Amino acid sequence: MEVERRKLGRVPAPWEQPKTGEELRAKQIRAREMLRGDLTDEELEAYVERSVFTTTLEKGLNWARANSIFPATFGLACCAIEMMSMVTARADLARFGAEALRASPRQADLLILSGRVSIKMAPVVRRLYDQMLEPKWVIAMGACSSSGGMFANYAVVQGADKFMPVDIHVPGCPPRPEAVLHGFNKLQRMIQGQPDLGWRQRYNASGTEEWARLEPGTPSPEAIEAAARAVEPTPAAEEATDA
Amino acid sequence: MPDAPGLELIAQEINDSHPGAVTETALEHGRATLVVNPGKVTDVLRWLRDTEEQRYTFMSSLHAADYLPATPRFAVHYELISRERMERLNVKALVADPAAGNGAGGELPEIDSCVELYPTADFQEREAYDMFGIRFRGHPDLRRILMPEDYEGWPQRRDFPVGGEEVLFTHNEIDTPRWFE
Amino acid sequence: MAGDALRDEQYDRLLTERGMRAEVEDPMAALVRAGAEIEQGPPDVEGDLEPEQELMTINMGPHHPATHGVLRLIVTLRGEQVLDLKPVVGYVHTGIEKNCETKSYWKVIPYVERMDYLAYFFNMEAFCGCVERLLEIEIPERAKYLRVIHMELNRLHSHLVWLGTSCIDLGAISMFWYCFRERDAVLDLFEMSSGQRMHTRYFQVGGVAEDIPVGFERKLREFIELMPSRLDQYEALLDRNEIFLRRTKDVGIVSRERLLELGVTGPLLRAAGEPWDLRKADSYLAYGDFDFKIPVGTVGDNYDRYRVRLAEMRESVRIIEQALDGLPTGPWIADERKVVLPPREELATSMEALIHHFKLVTEGFRVPPGELYYSIEGPRGELGCFVVADGSAKPARVHVRDPSFANLQAFRDMAVGGYVADLITSLAMLDPILGGIDR
Repeated sequence: MEVERRKLGRVPAPWEQPKTGEELRAKQIRAREMLRGDLTDEELEAYVERSVFTTTLEKGLNWARANSIFPATFGLACCAIEMMSMVTARADLARFGAEALRASPRQADLLILSGRVSIKMAPVVRRLYDQMLEPKWVIAMGACSSSGGMFANYAVVQGADKFMPVDIHVPGCPPRPEAVLHGFNKLQRMIQGQPDLGWRQRYNASGTEEWARLEPGTPSPEAIEAAARAVEPTPAAEEATDA
Repeated sequence: MPDAPGLELIAQEINDSHPGAVTETALEHGRATLVVNPGKVTDVLRWLRDTEEQRYTFMSSLHAADYLPATPRFAVHYELISRERMERLNVKALVADPAAGNGAGGELPEIDSCVELYPTADFQEREAYDMFGIRFRGHPDLRRILMPEDYEGWPQRRDFPVGGEEVLFTHNEIDTPRWFE
Repeated sequence: MAGDALRDEQYDRLLTERGMRAEVEDPMAALVRAGAEIEQGPPDVEGDLEPEQELMTINMGPHHPATHGVLRLIVTLRGEQVLDLKPVVGYVHTGIEKNCETKSYWKVIPYVERMDYLAYFFNMEAFCGCVERLLEIEIPERAKYLRVIHMELNRLHSHLVWLGTSCIDLGAISMFWYCFRERDAVLDLFEMSSGQRMHTRYFQVGGVAEDIPVGFERKLREFIELMPSRLDQYEALLDRNEIFLRRTKDVGIVSRERLLELGVTGPLLRAAGEPWDLRKADSYLAYGDFDFKIPVGTVGDNYDRYRVRLAEMRESVRIIEQALDGLPTGPWIADERKVVLPPREELATSMEALIHHFKLVTEGFRVPPGELYYSIEGPRGELGCFVVADGSAKPARVHVRDPSFANLQAFRDMAVGGYVADLITSLAMLDPILGGIDR
């Protein structure tokens, strides 16, 4: 077997291209002409394109919101300890802009439900959530706040979903700090308008969510098709195997 | 823990001063148990705490257990330690359920509180009341400690359902009611 | 310590040589001399209540940065002074004990683990030890030593988290980062031996679930070489820090007799002067083989509690070192086929092993009827487990005597009569873990 080694060709990014002396001089002249107001139309447009980027206000706001989230210091049980270690140096939450953990819900954006929500605590959590100002998000950290976890009993609310909206669920018992950071990054992408829908996005399988069924008890047409395709092999595959 | 003859001696001495208090002794797995009449439990505990040779002054734990379907149904365990001699003794008071056969609701089993003897029993008796419904006569502040104040039912009794809800698998996905329904 | 005296001398000499020795007067003395009427310490609680002074009842928690979990405190204040205090717990009550009655004994171990969530190895040991005594099986020496190593590492971990979070309450936020750096080192060791950082479910009825991996001993030795210098650094930061001393010295004193009455155990009791430690008094596992001391305080104030826990951390390092030096070879789990899974090699050759494996995994082992209370020394005090077995594969009652539950009863005595800031300090030094209190 022959191994051929080749460097992959790639267009270098603008900042990777070598800067020649003439380029820098040209930049200087252009900047001087810009200040004097001497640039012509095309040159002016090129200049603006190179140095200014435009965006919508919403995108800008969302970018700011995503990169400066103030989490609330809200620890319920064991996951709180892992949340604390997420804030500390090894898995650092501060590098994503969320260094300032606020104790007061009025000043916080993000409620990380770290721990089991017992029935005595549920109204308190709901009240805290209500006291937060919009925009606000919730990460259900760990199995207990996502779905009741291992505690399927009278005392634990089976998932914080039951009484408050939750944006991101992070599985684990307790989830590693890196896992919560992954959830945090997903939240950031969600805030910026590019939600990462996971496998449904990769395999183009929207319509398979629980609530996307037509009526309770009936699968949606896409789900029926998908099930049918899974059970019977497609004609193309059959032909391939025959041939 | 006192050995078998020592335990018998203790039971004998208690029965001498408070007749009918100790009904049984047991020594298993290295643990000495005195089974006492629930009406005399404070007398027994006071004797154990104050008598010179015994001095079981430290109460390690007070907990209740439900032995349904055995009768008497409830038992309150008092784990005592004599710190000078490093001996443990367990006092077990079997409390019958007065509401047996009446279904849910009805009278609560009662036993005397030992908070004056061992102040550590404060929170622990409240927990036994909260979880099993055993009323401790003479407790200064007997109310629920772990469950919400207005909760109805005694969760850790054997006939109380565990609760929770069915886990959602693919085989019962269609039938299980979901949160958005 | 000797090093301190040397440093003091050198410092003094340096100051005198350089003429930097200024007479720094105690600011309080200066004020008093100036004629200010200063009450030393909080006012007398039994003083008459003037009619224009109102009592204010405020609610701290359950969501509060300083309550160390979801503890609700209903505090009655006169100005800044605490007159009465009522703790309300139950906000993280998880019904663990009820759930345990529906699971086989193996499955109970992860449940019980999550009660006192900083002392998970201790929870496991209390339960597994109780079940082993009910089954009357002996665990091998290697398993005992491994259990001791992991438990002392967990004690270190618990005290590090305690120190970090307490110092946040007092404002010394740097300590938080340092303590959690060491805590991550401990969690790396746990991850090596069991695969999980917290709630490792490493202890099994009969021993430990798996032997420690190859690099564990080396990494543990590196850690225990590193740890004493780190503890020195913590002490250098806090021990004679004026703010820390002012906030913790002579604050929150409860007498030894009162603590004993209230059933308080652990570092709180030892700080008050009572040398009560179940590792020495009622030795279990392999603690009898090791040479370690019990740190005991004198006054019983918050400063003593801090010092006792720091000293306990040092003793834990010593115990781990001795355990590691004397770690015996051999099996890490008992040989009872009815209770412990057979080694995997046997499954291919022995039919009985296969049947035992099958029965153990599906139904679980049965425990003959009986009941037992077994207690160990956790990082917060006496952690006991009461198991009632009825002959089936599921326990009939599991109750855990949690140390924080009894310790919380002493909190009222610690905080009443002091200021609110002292309440916060006392709560920090009390080290309550609400998971254990509420179960």
